[in-house]
Order: sequence, then C-alpha cells, then structure tokens
Amino acid sequence: MQLESACSDGCLCIRYTGDLDHHAARAAFRETEAFIDRFLPRQCILDFSGVSFMDSSGIAVVLRVKKRMDETDGDVFLLNPAPQCARVLRTSGIERFVAIKFTEGKAAR
Amino acid sequence: MKYENYIKLEFPSKSCNEALARSVAGVFASQMDPTMEELGDIKTAVSEAVTNCIVHAYPDCIGKILMRCRILEENRLEIVIRDWGCGIEDVAKARKPLYTTGGEERSGMGFTIMESFMDKLTVRSTPGEGTSVVMLRTLPRRVRDR
Repeated sequence: MQLESACSDGCLCIRYTGDLDHHAARAAFRETEAFIDRFLPRQCILDFSGVSFMDSSGIAVVLRVKKRMDETDGDVFLLNPAPQCARVLRTSGIERFVAIKFTEGKAAR
Repeated sequence: MKYENYIKLEFPSKSCNEALARSVAGVFASQMDPTMEELGDIKTAVSEAVTNCIVHAYPDCIGKILMRCRILEENRLEIVIRDWGCGIEDVAKARKPLYTTGGEERSGMGFTIMESFMDKLTVRSTPGEGTSVVMLRTLPRRVRDR
C-alpha cells in the first residue's frame, strides 16, 4: 500500500493506493499518523479512490484516524471509495462516525 | 456431498498470504461467472476468515491454514477455512458485531462481514484444537459453458 499526502490551508489529503488488509493496516496507520503529526490539519481527507481492496482491518484504520483527529477537534472524511470498499464501509456502519463523500460522477453503485 | 469442482490450498499463517488466499478463492469462483460485486464479497469474506486465523488462532506462532473451495450442486460455492490454533471459547460472543480481543488494530467486524457477504456462515471451534469456518454463497446461474 502506498500513501501520498498533500496539505494546504489546514486540510490534509492522503491518497491510498493498493490493498488495505491486515497485512498493510499497521504501516498504513503509522504513516497516516505521521502525516497528521507533521501537518496538524483541521481537516483530514482520506482519498480511497485508489484502494483496490479493503476488509475490516481497513475499518479499524479509519476508526483510529478518526480517534486521532478527535484529539485535536479535527474533522475527517472518506473520499471516493471504489464499490468493493464502499460496500465494506457501509456494512460496518462506519458512516455513523466518518462521512463518505463522492465527487461528482464518482458515486458508488 | 456431490461437487462439481474443488481446490485445496495449505499455507502458513503469514499476513502476506491473506492476498494470496483471497485471490485464489476469487479465481476459483470466477468459473461460476460471478458479478464484480459477488466476486468482491467472496474475496472479502475469505480475507476476514484468513485474517482471523493469523491474528487469533496463531497469535504467537506461525501455524497451518487450510482453505478448501468447492462448487456444490445448485450453483453453491462453499469455502472452508480451517486452522489448528487456539480455538474460540465462546463462538456466539466472538460473532457479535464490534466484539474483539484484538485491541484497537481490530474492528470486531470480521464475522459480521462474513455473515453479511455470504449466505450462510458456520463456525465450529474447540479450544486448544482449532477452528473451522464454512461459508456458502449461491451464485445465480448465468449463461456459461462448463
């Protein structure tokens, strides 16, 4: 799994590419946390458009990021998950804690 | 039970094998002409079951995991994931959403996802001997030539 970050005006966007399973989860969270610690954003966007597969290990990563952002009263949301990801995210009920947003033309089926 | 085709895959409980197991299950299921969504569901359920073996069955060692996929009559796909690890004391409790003994790195949603994405989930476990998870999913018959 690869992570890329871009931060401007207190908004940190992290783009994830690859499979987010148990094998990748620990490193993905560590890297995410390192970005948050470096930029101290008010808002954190988790761009999941490049996540080719995720399971409940990915849910735990998102919930840990939410917890980390809560510590500084920051906001976090998920952006453009592909259909398989969106299905796992919705089944887990994570939308009660973290919003899932789609840019125009990318709505999950 | 009559079956049309099957595979067995044995591998050590290393996390790098999670992707291998779900990919193999996905390729095997492909002969049933699943939709992308069905294929995603099957791979996700396998990933959850295999991750459980790695995280919970063999927490401090590398052990053996066996996956068997079969195509049964009436377009049913059966996937069995078996381990010889520590077993589950209380299966009903383990299956509850959000229940986990894995700390904050686990969401406690593994069994819930397996139940939601497959038609039937059976979990048999004996503490000290191991666990077997049997998952069934019927894939509607589409035009195919086998």
